[in-house]
Order: sequence, then structure tokens, then C-alpha cells
Amino acid sequence: MSAIISLLVGIIFGIGLIIAQMTNPLKIIGFLTFGENWDPSLLFVMASAVFISFFAFSFGKQKNQTLLNLDFEIPKRNDIDLSLLVGAALFGIGWGMVGFCPAPAIVSLAFGNLQTLLFVISMLIGISLVKIIKK
Amino acid sequence: MIIQSVIGGGLIGIAVSILLLFNGKVLGVSGILGELFNHRLSQNYWRLFFIIGLLISPIICNTFKPIPLTEMTSNNLLIIAGGLLVGFGSRLGSGCTSGHGVCGIARFSLRSLIATMTFILFGFMTVYVMQKMLI
Repeated sequence: MSAIISLLVGIIFGIGLIIAQMTNPLKIIGFLTFGENWDPSLLFVMASAVFISFFAFSFGKQKNQTLLNLDFEIPKRNDIDLSLLVGAALFGIGWGMVGFCPAPAIVSLAFGNLQTLLFVISMLIGISLVKIIKK
Repeated sequence: MIIQSVIGGGLIGIAVSILLLFNGKVLGVSGILGELFNHRLSQNYWRLFFIIGLLISPIICNTFKPIPLTEMTSNNLLIIAGGLLVGFGSRLGSGCTSGHGVCGIARFSLRSLIATMTFILFGFMTVYVMQKMLI
């Protein structure tokens, strides 16, 4: 059952990204551009996503278990360490270079663009490198 | 155009809410990708099915309305470097736009707020530098 929920969640999330045009790297670059050409779209996307998610997290907090009687797995860390800051900075640099973050890149694979595939392969290598250095 | 951002963001928020309230999981795409091969298959179905959902979402969208093709840089070196940085950075920093930017902020995590401000700041600086260098 939880697998079917996940499939549905992936589909809804992907459709959300497509409707919000977050799968278009030019929209992301536009958001990250200083000046009069600034495109605020991403801000509206994030604000409405956060707004709805806020209610879910508040509701979840009052419950011991999920609607499928599973345990909640919420990150508990609250320390600001170097990995967090360096990681976020490097991610931001890569994000600004191409205009893709992980989810939109995966969704865009279906558009059949070879450059998207190249990006996703590089991204997966980057993800695996963290596993290697953390060993 | 704002309406598209709000509807898309709303769907993202709904996806986050369903995954949380049914499966008890936080929707973070870099984490889902990073943990995909770390567990036995029985614990991984939800991750696998989420990714499948992401992959088929554009196919579902396309049956209703054709999606414009991805427009992105044609510089392959930039794509590889960007992909490596996005993968490595988001994993090292424990999250990307979905995990930190949406879920983290929605549950008032200071770690996520700082990570989000960091990657947006570095994204801005990267786009600025690239436009000065005319890449």
C-alpha cells in the first residue's frame, strides 16, 4: 500500500513541478538573476508548497502514527555544521550553473534530451561520491 | 503566470502532505536518490515507486497538454560540473530544494532554513558570475 502511495506522490509531485515550470532551467536561472529581469516564480511555488506542507506537518505532530499506522520518520538534527553549509553552497553553485535541482532533472528525463541525461548521470556520480568520502 | 506557480506549488505541497501523513516520510529527492541503493529492496519500495512516479509524470501531463522541450545550456562541461556539484552538494548538505526548501521550512527547521538561504545565495552569485563571464 505504501508503495502505491509513493507512486501517486511521485506523479503528483512531478506534475506540480511541470505546471509550475520548475522543469525549465531558464525559469530557475531567471529566479537567480539580480535586477529588473528577476523572475519571482520560484518564490510563489515554494510559498504555496510550504503553506500546504505546514498544515500536514502540524497535523502529523499531534499523531503517534500515520494513517497507515506507520511510524513518522522526521529528521531530528538541529545543529548547523560545516557539511550542511559547504554542501548547500556547492549545491547552490551547481544549481545556478545549469538551473536544475534533483527532482526537475529526473522529471525532465522523459523529454528525451541527452543533456538532461548527462546531467542526471553526473548528479548520481556526485551523490555516490559523498557515500565514498563519508566511509 | 503566478497562478501556474501557485497551482504547481500547491500540488507539490499536496504530494509532501500525502507522503508524510500516509507513509511518515519527508519528501526529499536528493535523500531518496542517495538512499535508493543503501537498503534492502523490501525497505526501498517506497523510494523506487516515488522515482517511477516522477519519471512517468511528464508522460501523463503530455497526454493533456504538450510540454515544451527543455531549454538549457549546451555547454556539456558546464552540465557535467553542475550535475556533480548538485549531486555532491545536496547529499553532503543533507537536502535540496524539496527536503530543505519545502519540507524543512514547513516544519520550521533552522538547519533547513539556513541551508535554503545558503543555496539560494550561492545560486545568485553563480548566475551573476556566469553572466559577467558571458558563459
